[in-house]
Amino acid sequence: MSSEKTDWWVGLFVLLGGIALAFLALRAANLSSFSFSPSYTLSAKFDNIGGLKVRAPVKSAGVVVGRVSSITLDTKTYQAVVRIDMEKGFLFPLDSSAKILTSGLLGEQYIGLEAGGDETNLPDNGMIQYTQSAIVLESLISQFLFNTAEKQGSQTTAPGASDKPQK
Amino acid sequence: MSLNTSLTSVGRGIRIRVSGLGTFARFFWLLLRRSGIVFSRPRLVSQQIHFIGNYSLLIIAVSGLFVGFVLGLQGYYTLNRYGSEEALGLLVALSLTRELGPVVTALLFAGRAGTSLTAEIGLMKAGEQLAAMEVMAVDPVRRVLAPRFWGGVIAMPILAAVFSMVGILGGWVVGVLMIGIDTGAFWSQMQSGVDVWKDIMNGVIKSVVFGVAVTLIALYEGWQCRPTPEGVARATTRTVVAGSLAVLGLDFLLTALMFSN
Repeated sequence: MSSEKTDWWVGLFVLLGGIALAFLALRAANLSSFSFSPSYTLSAKFDNIGGLKVRAPVKSAGVVVGRVSSITLDTKTYQAVVRIDMEKGFLFPLDSSAKILTSGLLGEQYIGLEAGGDETNLPDNGMIQYTQSAIVLESLISQFLFNTAEKQGSQTTAPGASDKPQK
Repeated sequence: MSLNTSLTSVGRGIRIRVSGLGTFARFFWLLLRRSGIVFSRPRLVSQQIHFIGNYSLLIIAVSGLFVGFVLGLQGYYTLNRYGSEEALGLLVALSLTRELGPVVTALLFAGRAGTSLTAEIGLMKAGEQLAAMEVMAVDPVRRVLAPRFWGGVIAMPILAAVFSMVGILGGWVVGVLMIGIDTGAFWSQMQSGVDVWKDIMNGVIKSVVFGVAVTLIALYEGWQCRPTPEGVARATTRTVVAGSLAVLGLDFLLTALMFSN
């Protein structure tokens, strides 16, 4: 085979590799929808972030408007400090509120951002004041169990025979 | 007395292993230093890419297709129990780009291209062609080994990318066309779960590392083999064994480094 022909086949081979990589990046991964350009950061304090992870989406009305960039613990208040990279062009009022939500029953956790009614917008490095923690299934169940146990206890125990500490 | 001899044999075994490792490292360094020919005569490299890459393409593509088919069937069987068949695309894409693409390609590459490199170099050595080149003041490391090395290193990631692509298409054929998963859900689940840098780029890095390891082992075994028919046969066997083990061991190391957090 002449070397011209060899070069042609090698070119085809490398081209095929390029096509394969482009296919993987654009069709299998999310590069095509990767128009993400962070413009400003916000932070929010949560009592409990549950299973929130770095790079989790931040959604408002279901639309992705940013991503979680870091999660740290504030050692003074023992609250989780979540920093958020917001996408360009999405400004939110000063009294917006952030919730940690779960997509589906067993899905990933994300931050839901709900716009408030304030005239001024959150500035760069601003702090979201109103937050709601993640719902932890175990504490929900234990709360429910305590509630029912208490109800049953107050119904069945006769007055005077109560073993609950009197207040 | 027998304690002494067994101690001696253990010591000799360790010394031979260690000095083999040292020779291997020096061989790698020698190869890198003589790699200037890649730029001065790139046609030598492209000939090797043609020999190593193009001729391996068919077996890589067919294996990828069948691995994709099997992943589609087996993944569906498991995911169906949890009622999340739509995640099949994600499962196929992640397992291919992160693990199976680079690893299976490297194993096939060791068998398909590595053996032929070892046999070629070994026979050149047995036929005293390498010695003849040295007599003619042509450096065989520069002229023979370096183009083969870089040809293998360049061809391997391309083959792995083709493997992953064909595998994903195979999973799509089984999942969407045969089983009847919704095609939109198949792709959107995949796109939401596969990250370009974390999954695909790490897969490419893996395949480059495997390409270096397999090609280097193949060339080293050919270079070091005893110049007899039996020596070449043994060296070819060792290429496959050592190459496959190196790929699997490196894969564990790289996975632990890349995906541990």
